[in-house]
Amino acid sequence: MPARIAAGVNPLRQTQDRRLPRIAGPSGLVIFGVTGDLSRKKLLPAIYDLANRGLLPPGFGLTGFARRDWNADHFAEVTKQAVQEHARTPFRERVWRQLEAGIRFVPGEFDDDAAFDRLAETVAELDRERGTGGNHAFYLSVPPGAFPLVCRQLARSGLSDSKGDAWRRVVIEKPFGHDLASALELQKVVESVFPGDSVFRIDHYLGKETVQNLLALRFANQMFEPIWNAHYVDHVQITMAEDIGIGSRAGYYDGIGAARDVIQNHLLQLLALTAMEEPVSFDPAPLRAEKEKVLSAVVLPKDLSRHTARGQYSAGWQGGEKVLGYHDEDGIPPGSTTDTFAAIRVDVDTRRWAGVPFYLRTGKRLGRRVTEIAIVFKRAPHLPFALPDTQELGQNALVIRVQPDEGVTVRFGAKVPGTAMEVRDVTMDFGYGHAFTENSPEAYERLILDVLLGDPPLFPHSKEVELSWRILDPILQHWERKGMPDSYRPGTWGPDSAHEMLARDGRAWRRP
Amino acid sequence: MKIQLHDTTSSKIASQLVKLREEGGAVALGRVLTLLVVADEDDVEEAVDAANQASREHPCRVIVVTDAVPGADGLDAEIRVGGDAGASEVILLHPRGAAGGDPDTLVTPLLLPDAPIVTWWPGAAPDDPSDHPLGRMAQRRITDVMRCGHPLRSLARLAEHHAPGDTDLAWARATLWRGLIAESLDEPPYTRVDAIRIAGNTDHPSLLLLGAWLRYFLKADVTLEAVEAAPAITGVTLVRENGNVVMERPVDSTILRIDEPTGIKHRVSLPLRTLADSLIEDLRRLDPDEVYGEVLTKALPELVEELA
Repeated sequence: MPARIAAGVNPLRQTQDRRLPRIAGPSGLVIFGVTGDLSRKKLLPAIYDLANRGLLPPGFGLTGFARRDWNADHFAEVTKQAVQEHARTPFRERVWRQLEAGIRFVPGEFDDDAAFDRLAETVAELDRERGTGGNHAFYLSVPPGAFPLVCRQLARSGLSDSKGDAWRRVVIEKPFGHDLASALELQKVVESVFPGDSVFRIDHYLGKETVQNLLALRFANQMFEPIWNAHYVDHVQITMAEDIGIGSRAGYYDGIGAARDVIQNHLLQLLALTAMEEPVSFDPAPLRAEKEKVLSAVVLPKDLSRHTARGQYSAGWQGGEKVLGYHDEDGIPPGSTTDTFAAIRVDVDTRRWAGVPFYLRTGKRLGRRVTEIAIVFKRAPHLPFALPDTQELGQNALVIRVQPDEGVTVRFGAKVPGTAMEVRDVTMDFGYGHAFTENSPEAYERLILDVLLGDPPLFPHSKEVELSWRILDPILQHWERKGMPDSYRPGTWGPDSAHEMLARDGRAWRRP
Repeated sequence: MKIQLHDTTSSKIASQLVKLREEGGAVALGRVLTLLVVADEDDVEEAVDAANQASREHPCRVIVVTDAVPGADGLDAEIRVGGDAGASEVILLHPRGAAGGDPDTLVTPLLLPDAPIVTWWPGAAPDDPSDHPLGRMAQRRITDVMRCGHPLRSLARLAEHHAPGDTDLAWARATLWRGLIAESLDEPPYTRVDAIRIAGNTDHPSLLLLGAWLRYFLKADVTLEAVEAAPAITGVTLVRENGNVVMERPVDSTILRIDEPTGIKHRVSLPLRTLADSLIEDLRRLDPDEVYGEVLTKALPELVEELA
């Protein structure tokens, strides 16, 4: 009697068989805004890389939608170029040809009903010709202002309706609104068309191997969790610094600024993963529950002027290159008060973190490109050494380097060789790239595959987005009343006010 | 960089490695395992090349031990670091005469502390890998019956002595086929598979393991069909209630064609796997592959019996 096969019952998938790859089922991906930078540099290459690794279904369909007078061949050519320039894995003509066969393009404006009807036909045609089985994900790589229109069009043309076993999913990118009210509005629009569990919010940081490694570091080991609390931790610094300016993104960036662009999503997500309690499992619901708990326990300082800082980069020389100030960048109105640097202190009101401040900072044109989480420990309560012996000893620290040079650094005291007892800081480095793979997948590969597999743990939920805005809104309102941000020289670590903000607490920023 | 050491000992090699690290920082950090390669002189370069590629995903110290050659008792060695060694360091041990008698003592001073050991026989494998002095010390033992001559007999021998932690690269070479076949059952319509036909080189160990696996878990009849000059598997047909799923990769092609009962046709790139690809996959998991064990010791004998 042959073995029974049913939905979720596949006799060939034995749980012990961990070699067997998870290949996405028949499906298609429709990208809106396919001519943008993100598409060209990240999405299209990631799709090729997935195909190259054999993780896309045999009959995968890729449809571009944009305001260009292209046909499928044009779009395929553009995609090929993007893949050749930016893909992580080597270009293989054979793999490309398989992918190319599923490429379609629909030209049109978002308010053009006919274009969406053509898109619906194209998608139906993929189902017939390529066997995509009615499963389609819509990737909105467009400004959030266009979300409502695109969602309405998807609903009107019937593209958002899933039939039977088939699924329809929507993928959206940050910013998820520009304050709490707009985020809720956006959520209403998207969730009126797609059910909550079909909405995938991409925070590409959460797809990074190191961020997932943070969960392994904390919850797979015995040696860190006992000291991961207010008894041993003095404070936590989370930094995401870029050395570049806003480039050609004035239209997107001005009026948004560093805090909305980075703190609201990336840094608060990193904070949540750093500070949360152990989830009962890594299934989506328990993981979200813990993140939501910790975000709901975040409190702001009473006096925001003393514990937040914001800045704007000025013109100057940075690393041997003459760079423009924010106000001189193309498309920035004179007098713009947009922050290109933002730093805030928050506290987490739980027993684990009582009295441990979390300092978050981000900015453009800073000293170097780096993202890291630094857990800075208290000094030993008693040092049985003569005072001069430990003068050079700082605080122990555990630093999770998210990018570049992913890994973990531990800083501790060691004796300086010689006759005298002298203790000095040393660092011990774990390079994620050394210990595992030079070939670690790009965040977008992981995230796109998870969308196609319908696996949501790495995507922030609407509740988390809402909680993050609740944290940030009062700070943004406070800043709005304050006029111009402080200026800082390009290539430095932000305005003086950022350093003063920590000095007030008797602390200093780490130099990452 | 290659450093030759004549008439040396393992502990002298170990001090040389420490010295290299201090002088040049030439040695990778954070390695995850020691890979012991037990090879014939003729297989060494191909094996080292595959190990170097694998070290980019699994940084490891590679120690190659060749069979003792006749001559005055003693040990010659070569250390390769930097550009000659991928993301790892490679140590070649060439014992002469009686010095090759206790190979475990040759490698012991050179093993990475605490790190798991994987022993790989790129060519001829011992009948009982887990009883070999270099297999006993390892968590994982990797053989390659495709290079052993008479694969079916070799598989039967491995089955007889199978110990958890043993795998054969023939199993890794079947993974992509297995993935595609399993995926086709994940989707509706969820109809039974009544019979399976596999075409290709019917002596190829990967084909036999694939057939055994399908027969065992799908509980359906498997027939094999020999295809002339086929390097490996060329096709798999699943006979299902609603029609046949036909997967075909013709000889000399790297494209797999899939014909579904619905009339939809797919093409997937499915080149033969390289030695390095298979090794990289095998190093990904250091715990025993239980499914392989079951297929080798239970499913394969059943298949062989049925075919006979």
